[in-house]
Amino acid sequence: MNILVCIKQVPDTNEIKIDPETNTLIRDGVPSIINPFDGYALEAAARIKDKNPDTRIVVLSMGPQQAEAALREALAIAADKAYLVSDRAFGGSDTLATSYILSGAIAKVEELEGAKFDAIFCGKQAIDGDTAQVGPELAELLGYPQVTYGLEAEEVEGGLHILKEGEDGNYRIGVKCPCLITYTKPAFDPRFPTIKRKMAARKAQIDVLTTTELPGIDLTRAGLKGSPTRVRKTFVPPRKEAGVIIKEETGEESAAKLFTALTEAHVI
Amino acid sequence: MPNYNAVTPEIIAQLEKVAPGHVVVGADVNPDYSRDEMPIYGTRMPEVSIDVQSTEEVAGIMKICYENNIPVTTRGAGTGLAGGCTPICGGVVICTMRMNKILSYDLENFAVTVQPGVLLQQLADDALTHGCMYPPDPGEKMATLGGNVSTNAGGMRAVKYGCTRDYVRALTVVLPTGEITHFGSTVSKTSSGYSMTNLMVGSEGTLGVITEMTLKLIPAPKATISLMAPFEDLDACISTVPKVFMNHFKPQALEFFEKEILISSEEYLGKQVFPRQIEGTDVGAYLLMTFDGDSDDELDPIVERAAEMLLEEGALDVLVADTAPKLKDTWAARSSFLEGIEEQTKLLDECDVVVPVNKIADYVRFVNATGDQFDFTVKYFGHAGDGNLHIYTCSNDMAEDEFRKQVDAFMSAIYKKAVELGGQISGEHGIGMGKVKYLAEAVGPVNMQLMQGIKKVFDPKMILNPGKVCCTL
Repeated sequence: MNILVCIKQVPDTNEIKIDPETNTLIRDGVPSIINPFDGYALEAAARIKDKNPDTRIVVLSMGPQQAEAALREALAIAADKAYLVSDRAFGGSDTLATSYILSGAIAKVEELEGAKFDAIFCGKQAIDGDTAQVGPELAELLGYPQVTYGLEAEEVEGGLHILKEGEDGNYRIGVKCPCLITYTKPAFDPRFPTIKRKMAARKAQIDVLTTTELPGIDLTRAGLKGSPTRVRKTFVPPRKEAGVIIKEETGEESAAKLFTALTEAHVI
Repeated sequence: MPNYNAVTPEIIAQLEKVAPGHVVVGADVNPDYSRDEMPIYGTRMPEVSIDVQSTEEVAGIMKICYENNIPVTTRGAGTGLAGGCTPICGGVVICTMRMNKILSYDLENFAVTVQPGVLLQQLADDALTHGCMYPPDPGEKMATLGGNVSTNAGGMRAVKYGCTRDYVRALTVVLPTGEITHFGSTVSKTSSGYSMTNLMVGSEGTLGVITEMTLKLIPAPKATISLMAPFEDLDACISTVPKVFMNHFKPQALEFFEKEILISSEEYLGKQVFPRQIEGTDVGAYLLMTFDGDSDDELDPIVERAAEMLLEEGALDVLVADTAPKLKDTWAARSSFLEGIEEQTKLLDECDVVVPVNKIADYVRFVNATGDQFDFTVKYFGHAGDGNLHIYTCSNDMAEDEFRKQVDAFMSAIYKKAVELGGQISGEHGIGMGKVKYLAEAVGPVNMQLMQGIKKVFDPKMILNPGKVCCTL
């Protein structure tokens, strides 16, 4: 199976700082990491490869030259090959422009790889922008079926079985390839890189795709100018307290527990 | 037991004058003040507790207690593991937790002055915002620095940076008589009489009450990489330790542990971090090491050479943690060993011996063989880099009396062996009241009398933290 994992390099913090003048991220002094949800997507691909060593995992990122560090990290963890989409003309792209550029880049990577991807894995959202739009938009542009909120993936004949997180429990969903899956946080973390992979990743050739390599991309649909989104204001939303799930053996027991909790909280 | 007086209403009134509003009496005293984390060595409620706020307040309290012959025990966060802050004679407990201010940085001399109730984590985080590192790194980050200094706490980074003692420059101390004195200064060398500063470090609150400390800092390393080496069995894992130094590697930390203890820690944290199998082989033990330096470029070749050596020594693989989330997860799992054990254990005792690095493997074999003769389970892990082992006796089904009896026999045997191998009773936890007997056996009567003599000079009425370190009741 050929899997493409899309990753984004993000600042390592949940409380990112925004420049109030330009409404853009302040990146200075904040270490960069692979967006955690993209890390789960990479781990999901690695687990497929654990079972089927013939699997090829390619990682793709769009961003400035520094994003190469995130790609090398992905190579050290599990990826076989990395591509970076980087061009000034792509800077400032919103989610629509980003997914448009990525869809063009994927076609180019498939050409370079000499094979189509059976599955495209993305994180459900990046922790800096939190839009959760690029994955689904990319699926639409490619015309692929998509499963969001994936936790685990299992390769089956002609497709994948995805364990998907739902509000009232998890679902197991079958999807035919080619497809696009976005991943949320599963019960496990991405694996540690081994020293051998780390050393190989340090020396690995990362192919950079610019407007030169991607002549088919319509630049009026890319970059800041090609983005319909206008950011008026950004702010960090207030943290919500985690809810409590009461799940006893019977409905009566649950009700009794809820009653006690509400009474103790002096709500009723 | 020395003849101490009870705390009378008149004395309480005097204490109230010195520390208005902070004197807590009788049943209102926080029950936590009767113990540290090892209640197995005994507990006792003090008659009075005072959350002190200043050096002057401490001086006033000590003066009253000295005049009235009342025992005084100082405590910080109560995270000690030897019963060091247990007020075994009752009396007054002075808690330093409210003296929790970082007073000033002297960045030209790389020093920071703090009150004793500042938590280790608090200083570690704050120092980083000044580009500095406070190197001592005991597992318990919620311990107070006053407690760290009083026990000469060691921790994970001791292998490269040394223990708390190496970072104490100056102290303000209230003596048992209530006099306030200062030891040391920010200078980095001194040959000016007996080192009173060093005498205070590790004295476990028996000589004076530390109310202010000037600690040394170092420039924070800019890059940190941890290597995790899983081995099939413990023997191969520990035998690798001396090779690390023989090959001139200078890890900041070097730890070993078995899979069982890792699993209980991971269960406690609710997160599996370390792989338990490598390509079908079950992992038996892990060696974890951290290198620090000024840049990844500086560290990369060192890390590669170290990894090569580990693989040659039989490591099943070498995994790398060089991103902030991975480093955090790795060391959180390591730092929670004790909590993991505590959560699963009803009866617990521990020992904190230190042996020469090249004797760790021999010693662990002896401990395993000795432990097999008893009914409790023996768990251990250690700062492999400095030969400091934490050995726990755990039971959930033994009667307490029987547990104590068996533990005493076990401890006597393993302490004796440690001393035979050239080791010491405690690497970093201290003697407190739980280990006085074993210290006496290890160092002999001459050294015990010297220590008792020093104690008498500082504390002629023996009112400060009685029954600890070199004195029994």
